[in-house]
Amino acid sequence: MDGNEAVGHVAYRTNEVIAIYPITPSSPMGEWADEWAAHGIPNIWGTVPSVVEMQSEGGAAGAVHGALQTGSLTTTFTASQGLLLMIPNMYKIAGELTPAVFHIAARSLAAQGLSIFGDHADVMAARQTGWAMLASNSVQEAMDFALIAQAATLEARVPYLHFFDGFRTSHEVSKIEVLTDDDMRAMTDETLVLAHRARGLSPDHPVLRGTAQNPDVYFQARETVNPFYAVCPDITQKAMDKFAKLVGRAYHLFDYHGAPNAERVIVLMGSGCEAVEETVDSLTKHGEKVGVLKVRLYRPFDVARFVAALPSSVKSIAVLDRTKEPGCPGEPLYLDSIVALHETGRTGINVVGGRYGLSSKEFTPAMIKGVFDNLAAAKPKNHFTVGIVDDVTNTSLDYDPSFSTENPKTVRALFYGLGADGTVGANKNSIKIIGEDTDNYAQGYFVYDSKKSGSTTVSHLRFGPEPIRSTYLVTEANFVACHQPVFLERYDILKEAIPGGTFLLNTPYGPDEIWGKLPRVYQEHIVSKKLKVHVIDAVKVAHDSGMGGRINTVMQVCFFAISGVLPRQEAIEAIKKSIKKTYGKKGDEIVQMNLTAVDNTLAHLHEVKTSARVESRVELPLPVAKEAPDFVRDVLGEIMAGRGDLLPVSKMPCDGTFPTATTRWEKRNIALEIPVWDFAICIQCGKCAMVCPHGVIRAKAYESKALASAPSTFKSTDAKDRDWKELGLKYTIQVAPEDCTGCALCVDVCPARNKSETRLKAINMGSQPPLREAEVKNWDFFLGIPELDRRKIKVGSIPQQQLQRPLFEFSGACAGCGETPYLKLVSQLFGDRMVVANATGCTSIYGGNLPTTPWAVNADGRGPAWCNSLFEDNAEFGLGFRVSIDKQKEFAGELLKKLAPQIGDTLTEAILKADQKDEAGIFDQRERIAALKAKLAGVNSLESRALLTVADMLVKKSVWIVGGDGWAYDIGYGGLDHVLASGRNVNILVLDTEVYSNTGGQCSKSTPRGAVAKFAAGGKSSAKKDLGLIAMTYGNVYVASVAMGARDEQTLRALLEAESYDGPSLIIAYSHCIAHGINMTTAMQNQKAAVNSGQWLLYRYDPRRELAGEIPLQLDSRAPKQKVEEYLLMENRFKMLTKSDPARAKDLFRRAQLDAERRFKFYEHLSARPSNGQKEPAKPPQAATAVTS
Amino acid sequence: MDLRTTYMGMTLRNPLVVSACGPLSEDIGNIKRAEDAGAGAVVLYSLFEEQLHLESRELDHYLTQGTDSFAEALSYFPEPEQFHLGPEGYLNHIHSAKQAVGIPIIASLNGTTAGGWTKFAKQIEQAGADALELNIYYIPTDTKLSGAEVEQTYVDIVKAVKGVVAIPVAVKLSPFFNNMANMAKRLDDAGADALVLFNRFYQPDIDLEELAVQPSVILSTPQALRLPMRWIAILFGRIDADLAATSGIHHAPDALKMLMAGADVTMLCSTLLARGIDYIRTIETEMSHWMEEHWYESVHQLKGSLSQMRCPDPSTFERAQYMRALTTYKPA
Repeated sequence: MDGNEAVGHVAYRTNEVIAIYPITPSSPMGEWADEWAAHGIPNIWGTVPSVVEMQSEGGAAGAVHGALQTGSLTTTFTASQGLLLMIPNMYKIAGELTPAVFHIAARSLAAQGLSIFGDHADVMAARQTGWAMLASNSVQEAMDFALIAQAATLEARVPYLHFFDGFRTSHEVSKIEVLTDDDMRAMTDETLVLAHRARGLSPDHPVLRGTAQNPDVYFQARETVNPFYAVCPDITQKAMDKFAKLVGRAYHLFDYHGAPNAERVIVLMGSGCEAVEETVDSLTKHGEKVGVLKVRLYRPFDVARFVAALPSSVKSIAVLDRTKEPGCPGEPLYLDSIVALHETGRTGINVVGGRYGLSSKEFTPAMIKGVFDNLAAAKPKNHFTVGIVDDVTNTSLDYDPSFSTENPKTVRALFYGLGADGTVGANKNSIKIIGEDTDNYAQGYFVYDSKKSGSTTVSHLRFGPEPIRSTYLVTEANFVACHQPVFLERYDILKEAIPGGTFLLNTPYGPDEIWGKLPRVYQEHIVSKKLKVHVIDAVKVAHDSGMGGRINTVMQVCFFAISGVLPRQEAIEAIKKSIKKTYGKKGDEIVQMNLTAVDNTLAHLHEVKTSARVESRVELPLPVAKEAPDFVRDVLGEIMAGRGDLLPVSKMPCDGTFPTATTRWEKRNIALEIPVWDFAICIQCGKCAMVCPHGVIRAKAYESKALASAPSTFKSTDAKDRDWKELGLKYTIQVAPEDCTGCALCVDVCPARNKSETRLKAINMGSQPPLREAEVKNWDFFLGIPELDRRKIKVGSIPQQQLQRPLFEFSGACAGCGETPYLKLVSQLFGDRMVVANATGCTSIYGGNLPTTPWAVNADGRGPAWCNSLFEDNAEFGLGFRVSIDKQKEFAGELLKKLAPQIGDTLTEAILKADQKDEAGIFDQRERIAALKAKLAGVNSLESRALLTVADMLVKKSVWIVGGDGWAYDIGYGGLDHVLASGRNVNILVLDTEVYSNTGGQCSKSTPRGAVAKFAAGGKSSAKKDLGLIAMTYGNVYVASVAMGARDEQTLRALLEAESYDGPSLIIAYSHCIAHGINMTTAMQNQKAAVNSGQWLLYRYDPRRELAGEIPLQLDSRAPKQKVEEYLLMENRFKMLTKSDPARAKDLFRRAQLDAERRFKFYEHLSARPSNGQKEPAKPPQAATAVTS
Repeated sequence: MDLRTTYMGMTLRNPLVVSACGPLSEDIGNIKRAEDAGAGAVVLYSLFEEQLHLESRELDHYLTQGTDSFAEALSYFPEPEQFHLGPEGYLNHIHSAKQAVGIPIIASLNGTTAGGWTKFAKQIEQAGADALELNIYYIPTDTKLSGAEVEQTYVDIVKAVKGVVAIPVAVKLSPFFNNMANMAKRLDDAGADALVLFNRFYQPDIDLEELAVQPSVILSTPQALRLPMRWIAILFGRIDADLAATSGIHHAPDALKMLMAGADVTMLCSTLLARGIDYIRTIETEMSHWMEEHWYESVHQLKGSLSQMRCPDPSTFERAQYMRALTTYKPA
């Protein structure tokens, strides 16, 4: 069980109302609650809690507040920015002395960059709200403290914020003792529950809360709560004591562990305590006088208990905070500790503070020893950092990274896998087997990279007879498994193997061949550490067993067979039992397939006779090419190579600013097959390039002289387009072989078939390795061919438009992503003049997650400028861009007019009256601005210098506000609505996947009726919100609904119209998604079916048409020609409901059909309504709406 | 007019049976409508073992796709407590059909594995089906597989299923055997209670615009009845198993011809899809009228009356008839 499930288990059973909203890493708690409720699982009072998804964490907090005020036991789960959004309500809930527990998977806050990983920045930002704060340090404690907090809050009437470290605890899989319903009942005082209920609002005994208070009494009223806070620690300890009696695990508000005569003590809270305890145990065995003080109840801070918990022998203390408060005299726990010692008169202790572990930065025994060593110094460093190298302000402590406290009795295993191969799932299963079938303790922690396609996973597993407190990654592994041979050329996997350890490799090479294939560094490790090496061709075994590419079961069997964790036969039986249990409900077929794989494995597992000498001359390639810019090579390249932890502070930008166009340096080579162009068949329609989600298929038309130095395998043919034919241009479609993900979407949309062999098209998939070398050369040559002048491209024609260079390329989005083709198209059309406000979500992750970004630049160095603010504020953020740019443009115009005498009236007038509606107009304006700048250089005045800073704003700037449906329909809807109403010229692109894709497919208000999604486990009962229709009601908003896979030319037209409209534009783009449970290779067919069935409408609403006396709405969809159900059954999100609840599926599918029919008729009516023929004012007023609260 | 017939030991009010076809029997309302229109029995649409396997694999694939790859999205779907992946839906449908109507309900099964045939046959029996039709829908394409092996497969399936169920078992088969008569006899010997002649395979079409082969269903035409009619006429009286005619029976005369050839029942599909389920009543009425006009008293009376065994010139059902057709052919 992981931490989230452990907490959810208690929270669900001890509450009646649960308000949820997804945010990493806390989402699974809400998902569990929704699933359990869907399954009808009752709480300890025998009723199924009401689980309600809200539109934001702020909304969840409001709903919780309301539910509490009306007497229900209520909880919620969140993290990071979500907690920040709850803070206003948290003050209210605490101010009204309301019992409640919020469970927080503590996570970093977005500052210079967002991070989904764990630290205490979020909870520390809530410490002033008046909530008690209880920190748990492990999966077991997370479950225990969830209950202790629940029991304590009822008595204390102080709400509790129960937190545990995001990922390290929330996602660590651990063997724990699960609390029973009886335990929970025993901890719950029913009289207190009734008292809470009785305080609830009811017209039967009316009261008033939430008054507005004046200077005369607010202060006094604020002080009324003091007695409650005074007894809160006692009540918490009482609950802990009761818990200890009940289940045998004893906790205290401050738990000291270590030498009774300790002189050096570390004070901290959270999962780091476990690693410190392990280190203390190791050091005290060697006679060191050290200890750790674990802070459990952080608020209210019990000064007396804190001081009493410290041994009298203590001479120095290091207080570690997992947060940073720039500019503070010390981080919170440090300051609290100092105050406690000061106020109790405990003197003679040297207290220093330090920061550690931000954003799940490793916190290891070596670092901890470094902290103890610092305390032993005559003048310990204060305000230090540990775990990084700070070469800017020199805060960091030095430590010996080789220091280890790993328990020799613990088996430590590392598994390198690909996301798609099932490695993580198999390892979670192994932990379950070992945890359930043996007396061993087990721990699993999983590290993922930030790509959504071809991502590497590293599983860190520990098993042993003694409790495991190692809350850090495995670095000394007895067993290392490489599940993908491609990793051999990427990573030095064996650096973590200990002497005498075991290496398991999945490879197509047999035991007699593999030695000669290993890179030198691998041979060195094997020889010097005397590693035992085993190989298996898991792909073949899996394939022969009917498992396709999933090698999970095969590799799991290998692990058990050679690791010796369990006797071999016993392990095999346990795996088989587990397979039946895990896959049973998916049908006999799946069970049998896995059982066959188990039986087929051992015969193909071979031990390798290794050589005693290192013979290989194969070196690991550099992570990026030598010619990459310094920053890319020295910083981003190190991150790519997995050495980001070693980068010192000085290497990082101080303000979060990074160069764009960096994915081009990250050659991932993840495609097994890549597209191969057949120019003899190709009709040069450009569709393959248009749909390519990763920007790896490019088209160019060029003069034949460009072919002079072409590589021999470079393909070229005569251009077919009439315009180009007249010019005698050549044409090429080229694939970037090392950047392709192999999704094959291009092949599916290619309309040209080989006349003699119809299985072939004008683009076909071919094995990548034999093509790689030649195509790399071809790609490089292709990039060097001059681009066609953008002014000569007819942007309304897809074959021509696709020649525009994408300024969004090689993203790490899922292979076959449905969102990125739209972004790429926008970047082609407007990239050289666009600035992007990007809501948090998939787009911000594949768009802006380090190390690289797909947003690129053209040959002139121009390209999209991009920024992510938050999830909830993106529309407002983008509006800020617009207002700012317009202001600067206005200012530039004013300055220009003032400087007209020096600049010249002709140029001034030309600039101010420039027509920038098309590429030629923009080109000319850029020329004028260049001339202006040249003239300004010769004018020495304040105004001239000012104009130089804003002159570029006189060239058209295109503001794009981009995000998903979670943002547009839910959390950001209020802002989006306001921006639509503003009348400002912004382009809002909603990439509508109909779920919160980035956090794993939770239901949004865009989710269609009948779809199964997280938070809608029983199938969504309500219809999809019609965002476009709402936007149309303003009348002055350009609105389009598009689906590239259904009609690409309509998508193109909509984007061009939207951008050209001098007002707000909203484009809602159907984006297929891996969260739909579809074949991503043929996903454009799903888009087509969605449109053909009427499930998704294509339309464009253009306010300009109204001005011209035309009907503004153009319905681009034809009458539905297939049943909605036919489309629904193409997607697992709908189809699975027919398997889980057939009757409900039938009902919802029927209603979905009615929805589609009703919607089509309504739009048909709107698009046919006669115009009143009256022309409206040329431009709607741009109201600057003042909002007060 | 006595239209009653017997089929696999069951007495039917008439020989008009709704053939195995999704649109006609997936909805209980349609089954009721068939009974109201006078159908003698209903054969339910087929339970396809292969489809169950495929759906199971498909579900597993899409529930697993993309999981455990990215820290924020370790899965994409909630996990229901259970999936109805097995034949439960079909078995429940049998139960519901039996509850809804009084006429016999004949289930139809298409298996892909030996275990599947027997397992599902037993479950179908337990669900209350009055009889079972084995829809052996099999197109051998392996160039190494001999005809004898293919034939043995059919026989083995029938024997296996007969070994585990007590309800009558019909076999629906294709005409593509070296010696249809021998095959029919072997299936008869294997225990088949009826033979349903013939299965119409799904015949793919070529889309000239898309340059693609596309699966498509074409409804039968009345001409299609000639093939089963001939074989029913030949087999009548030579095997113990009952005979069901299917393919091309659109109107009352078609049904009458089949009965005269020797069919115990006639199965209707395309005609009902084209004209509606209520058309059964029209066929029944017209059959009655024809029989009255021609002084017949019962179906029993005309059954097999024009079979090869009982017709005036048995050779007309054999090759000689073709030869004669040629010799009497005179170019214009």
